[in-house]
Amino acid sequence: MIVADKKPIEEIIEDIKGCDKILILGCNECVTVCEAGGKKEVGILASALRMYFLNKGNEKKIDEITLERQCDHEYLEEIRDVSDQYDAIVSLACGVGVQFTAEKYLSMPVYPGVNTCFLGATEERGVWTERCQACGQCILSTTGGICPVSRCAKRILNGPCGGSSKGKCEINKEIECAWQLIIDRLNYLDRMDDYENVYEIKDWSTERAGGPRKVIREDVQV
Amino acid sequence: MRLQYPSSIKIIRVPCTGKVDVLHILRAFEKGADGVYAVGCLEGSCQFNNGNIRARKRIEQAQKILDTVGVGGERVQMYNLSSGEGTHFAEFAVEMEERIQKLGPNPVKLNKKEKAA
Repeated sequence: MIVADKKPIEEIIEDIKGCDKILILGCNECVTVCEAGGKKEVGILASALRMYFLNKGNEKKIDEITLERQCDHEYLEEIRDVSDQYDAIVSLACGVGVQFTAEKYLSMPVYPGVNTCFLGATEERGVWTERCQACGQCILSTTGGICPVSRCAKRILNGPCGGSSKGKCEINKEIECAWQLIIDRLNYLDRMDDYENVYEIKDWSTERAGGPRKVIREDVQV
Repeated sequence: MRLQYPSSIKIIRVPCTGKVDVLHILRAFEKGADGVYAVGCLEGSCQFNNGNIRARKRIEQAQKILDTVGVGGERVQMYNLSSGEGTHFAEFAVEMEERIQKLGPNPVKLNKKEKAA
């Protein structure tokens, strides 16, 4: 899922202080799971903002809506009828949702309410770690299911660098060396022969370095 | 025991303090409460393992938010006791009441009243 973290309330206050009618728009998908932008977080932020502005003697209309998703046309259309009641939207969706909302409601300022961090997994409640960089050309089949693109600081593809020490990465002692993990896993799977295969230069054009990307699937288009 | 505690305190029963959410606390202040405190079981003796630990963390979160929005985090407090400590329950109620009396009314309530007048 896409992992996001809450933005400090002060930052959001600074963005919306000039607006009188504000919609806090949550998303029921990834940001709900990572407890940054779901219905509950929308409620907490809206309540906090209402109290803040009331205390400043500047009462504002702050409403709450949480959509199923903010990255699909049909769900974003659900606020079409009420959108003209507001001066601004604070979207608690990931960066995709914020942008898609802004594209659909052109005359409306849309502010981000979370910091979108990475594609990751829930290690335990309250701990999320990066697992994928969406490089567009998955190599997990050759690396024992552990991604050196997202989990190795140098994104190297043929074994660890000289900075790997006792299974940890040189950039931070708390970060596992991805290549140590890969070798351990290949050993466990009795596939160490795969480690001998030299991975040739990866085609990074499918990654962000190739500019903004697009997936077109004619088979599912209508 | 017939212990006395301040009449200004309204008790909301929950199955476990782990049920108490930041949102419940904030809404209480929006609705005009001057203070909110949760009374949970002693840490380490939660029937649901860590309900009271969660409550403590949520109380801390609420304190931070209330400090940011100018209501004051000191209006929220977490207390722990065992179910046999009725005297402590009454003591906590008195302590909280005194604390809130010192702090005065919830500014949100005052501003709402001013606005309505």
